[in-house]
Amino acid sequence: MKDVSFGQYYPVKSFVHRLDPRLKLLFLIVFIAAIFVADNFWSLGLCALVLILAVAFSRVPVGKVLRAVRGVIVLVVFTAAINVLFYTGKSEPLWAWWIFSVTREGIVFSVFLVARLVLLVTCSSMLTYTTTPVALTDGVESLLTPLKWIKFPVHVLALIMSIALRFIPILMDETERIKNAQKARGADFESGSLFKRVKAIVPVLIPLLLSAFRRADELGDAMDARCYMGDKKRTKYKKLVFTWRDLVAFLIGALMLAATILLRIYGADLFGVLLGPVI
Amino acid sequence: MRIVAEHLSYTYNPKSPFETKALDDVSLTIEEGEFFGILGHTGSGKSTFVQHLNGLLRLPSSMKRYREKRKKEGECKTVLRVGDFDLASKKTDFRALRRSVGMVFQYPEYQLFAETVKDDVAFGLKNFSDKKLSADEIGRAVRDALAAVGLDYGEVANKSPFDLSGGQKRRAAIAGVIVTKPEVLILDEPAAGLDPLGKRELMELLHRLHKSWCKTVVIVSHDMDEIAENCTMSAVFAEGRVVFSLPPKELFKRHEELERLGLDIPLTAKLCRALGARGVNVDCDFTVEGFVRAVLALKEKGGRA
Repeated sequence: MKDVSFGQYYPVKSFVHRLDPRLKLLFLIVFIAAIFVADNFWSLGLCALVLILAVAFSRVPVGKVLRAVRGVIVLVVFTAAINVLFYTGKSEPLWAWWIFSVTREGIVFSVFLVARLVLLVTCSSMLTYTTTPVALTDGVESLLTPLKWIKFPVHVLALIMSIALRFIPILMDETERIKNAQKARGADFESGSLFKRVKAIVPVLIPLLLSAFRRADELGDAMDARCYMGDKKRTKYKKLVFTWRDLVAFLIGALMLAATILLRIYGADLFGVLLGPVI
Repeated sequence: MRIVAEHLSYTYNPKSPFETKALDDVSLTIEEGEFFGILGHTGSGKSTFVQHLNGLLRLPSSMKRYREKRKKEGECKTVLRVGDFDLASKKTDFRALRRSVGMVFQYPEYQLFAETVKDDVAFGLKNFSDKKLSADEIGRAVRDALAAVGLDYGEVANKSPFDLSGGQKRRAAIAGVIVTKPEVLILDEPAAGLDPLGKRELMELLHRLHKSWCKTVVIVSHDMDEIAENCTMSAVFAEGRVVFSLPPKELFKRHEELERLGLDIPLTAKLCRALGARGVNVDCDFTVEGFVRAVLALKEKGGRA
């Protein structure tokens, strides 16, 4: 795995990195809500501004952030194309052929959709760039605490999540090791027909599965040996504390959501038809 | 096959916060026929180095282009050659290279996968052969390889590799690598996790292979006794550099420098040092047998033994 930086956490110290993971999770939810509440370019622009601020204060390189978008570029292009071609607006089509027609509204609408998608992907990846998996799990556990009242095993869920996250890099390492070992024995993963390549995975998959089970057993034994009992009176190594930074971020999030809601209600009157609601 | 590396460097995750320099200007020559030991701490670059030798890690292509261009002027200094294979060129035949340089990873038993030991050992053989081999040819090669690692064909060939004992699994995995008769055999921590007896048996096995099967054997280890006892030549890696490249006999005389690097010395060297501090100078090659013989010789001479 040495050449892949999976989990994506980008290890620098910054304002955003030091925010409380609970707040970041909530902020993400608020942000996504705001994106979906936004029905015109003004409010979407506001969301984009907040996101740009977040990127600037996180010290994660812009290239790295854009790389997250690259992963869904196919989806973005596909969505845009479909919408441009099939949107049936009220105005005269600019271009039409067979069942396809391109209208001005269609173009505006698909630009809007693409902007929405890009914002969605970027903001979610910002969370993983700036939050370690451990902090994220702590945050989820803390946020889900109310569910304990209805006897929902929150702690177990958080534990499963953190173990799963922890095992991703381990198993990727293991895959790399086994792949190398089989390559040294002449296995070829890069060439040949699709069928051949799928077949070539078997010598990697079987040892990998075995090792995953072995590791799970060992982990279980290790936990038993330490008398692990779930969340019975466990204390935390790192306590989550709400600081002034979190307050700042909280206010920004609240203002953003409020602004998008207000713009949705009164936006049409303010900006008229041209820059009014797209949807 | 002679292995020559000059000015070899390697960086993991270049230009990222995870950047680590694993090899830093390494120059090392491994002569044909050696039983070579590579020593060093975890993270000293020894595994990265050996992974270069059969092309699992490659020189950056940018450097290759640079070298192609400047070859005539001899400006690029990096050289990596294994026998006739020039790994710094763009046209290396990695399949042929891997056939001649066998690589046994740490805990090789975890790479077993096939339904029977026979199939698992034959895996490399089938991958490397250019034509389709007959069942007879495969059977013979597998039989030879299993015999070479001290496993009985009749007993294990049709068993599942997962039903073997730990030691047998490791032997079967080694058989799966040597089945193609590589000229160079590289083993990363071959004795890791074995008990003392298992370790000794494994080393004896490697010596047998060295005599009859693979001309050059390279082991990566951090067990000093293992190196002192078995190797004809050794190199010490520290922080991505080669600090020493000496025969163990010379190497372990420099115990002060080794200890400064945080490395242990073999038991025999410790004894020599303790005796030396009391005025008894034992000159030996640091194998147990050599040490005993040297002490007995001193006694014969009527020293203060």
